[in-house]
Amino acid sequence: MTELLQLVVNGLVTGSIIAIAAIGLSLVYGILKIVNFAHGDYLTLGAFVAFTVNVTWGFGMAGAALAAIVAVALVGFGLERGLWRPLRRRGSGLIGLFIVSIGLALVLRNVILLVWGARPRRYDVDVFQVYELGPIRLSQSQLVVIVVASTAITLVGLMLARTRLGKGMRALADNRQLAAATGIDADRITTYTWLLAAGLAGLGGVLQGLLQNAFTPSMGFTLLLPIFAAVILGGVGSAYGALVGGLVLGLVMEVSTWSALAGGIPSVYKPVVAFAVLIGVLVLRPQGVLGRARTV
Amino acid sequence: MTGLANVQFWAFVGVVAGIFTIFSLGLQVQFGFAGLLNFGHVAFMAIGAYTMAILVVKTGLSLWIASLIAIAVSMGFGLLLGLPTLRLRADYLAITTIAFGEIVRYLALNEQELTGGPQGTINLEGAGAAARYNDEWLDFQRTVQGWLEVLLGDNATRDVTMLVIVWTVALVAIVLLQILVRSPWGRVLRSIREDEDAASALGKNVFSYRLQALALGAALGAVAGLFFAFQFSFFSPNDFEPLTTFFAYVIVILGGTAKNWGVPLGALIFGFIFAGTRFLDVWPLNTFDSAERAYLRLIIVGLILIGLMAFRPQGILGKREELVVE
Repeated sequence: MTELLQLVVNGLVTGSIIAIAAIGLSLVYGILKIVNFAHGDYLTLGAFVAFTVNVTWGFGMAGAALAAIVAVALVGFGLERGLWRPLRRRGSGLIGLFIVSIGLALVLRNVILLVWGARPRRYDVDVFQVYELGPIRLSQSQLVVIVVASTAITLVGLMLARTRLGKGMRALADNRQLAAATGIDADRITTYTWLLAAGLAGLGGVLQGLLQNAFTPSMGFTLLLPIFAAVILGGVGSAYGALVGGLVLGLVMEVSTWSALAGGIPSVYKPVVAFAVLIGVLVLRPQGVLGRARTV
Repeated sequence: MTGLANVQFWAFVGVVAGIFTIFSLGLQVQFGFAGLLNFGHVAFMAIGAYTMAILVVKTGLSLWIASLIAIAVSMGFGLLLGLPTLRLRADYLAITTIAFGEIVRYLALNEQELTGGPQGTINLEGAGAAARYNDEWLDFQRTVQGWLEVLLGDNATRDVTMLVIVWTVALVAIVLLQILVRSPWGRVLRSIREDEDAASALGKNVFSYRLQALALGAALGAVAGLFFAFQFSFFSPNDFEPLTTFFAYVIVILGGTAKNWGVPLGALIFGFIFAGTRFLDVWPLNTFDSAERAYLRLIIVGLILIGLMAFRPQGILGKREELVVE
């Protein structure tokens, strides 16, 4: 039982990072019809910006995380203006934009490799501090991830539910024509969507870097397919769906290693569990587990 | 001789370009002619190479029979992948297939008993045994080398011999595909790509045609995997990252989607980009060391992909009307 509890907690930690990244990916996918394959590399960029601020410049981790959020949000905004918007104006379709995002992913990852090199990096934090909550053991990083991620998720959730901007985002993701007909300013919301998606990716990257302890420039790409799995699990375009999808996926990945489940799967196969969920959901229920049935 | 004037170096570049030509022809069938966005193509290369190597090392089967079985197994996996996924929308198919490719790579990485694990095929008989699978291939290659020496003298080295063999196979494959896409089968395939509903209204079984295209592409992917295995004498799961599939997309789109002759053209240009950045010692390239140049190459590849999609999505030889990507 202790083992299961510990796995559930680990799953929530992993899942909350996936959820943070998945919300942005899902909104961009739903609103802009961009299957952004570079999203994982946005996470990596965040992790490395924070590394420079934290280790090279000697700032605290909170300042480093803020810097990462701002930096990646600006990159996301710059790419919208310099790349995605011109492409949309030229009439590029879903597949064209998808292939462009693969090119962008290659560029981003290798720019990161050029700037920061290939060797594993660590933040300047105490990795030995462990907290015991009853039978559960949490490292300091895990605790920070849970607190920061749940705060961020709550704020984003409130923003999407309550503010005009959030409602506009959801409306655009749901039905672009209808939203435009009701006078929603699509250009403005597109800009904010990218700021939000990229900023959250930056934060997610920092949290993942903390959680992994040591990270390399391939970190984000490794996480990309689980993030996609969360987006599809929750239904493309649904921010709440992505949130729940991320948490469920984190739980499934961790709990699948539980020894009571016929010995559990080896933990190296955790990503494979995510891929299997991804394929399974697409084949059986492509509108997502939470999505409504409609033509997809 | 070193650098740009080295025949042996360019022979090696040519061999790799030839292997990528065969690999990308498989993608051309699936993506260019059938409109299927298969982003897990590298899995077929991996399945082909691994099936052959495992059969030769573990069962002592002849390399030639093992190779035929490897192609068949790869086609079988193509059918297995296609059956549940081919009804999916293009973007979902892309994500599903990339997940399939990654599952294959993770299995190769972690099923050490079967595949040799992260160290690759050298560990197929357990650590320290240095397993070999390509003795029969090397014999064959020496025979061909003997014939070539009559023509080329001392220039007929191992890589030059391989160059001749790989490109012979590649050209035969191109000619066969060219005949195939002009046949009724190819016309139906292209009509499905253009308008699925119209094709099925004419009584064509859309699903079955797509499945056949996927399996044919898988076979070509496996052949490329076999040559990859023959050329390098050993391989590991790292050789089959999603990046390899992306390279094939760059080649197909660069040469021209739905143009068979675009594939070798794209592969050669791609090979020159990769090799050229190794040797050109002009500013700003000479400010980077070799690891940095590897990153720079991939940045260039990424920029080419973006630039192509923005300015010439039909590629060099392609026709705007036959565009799959818009």
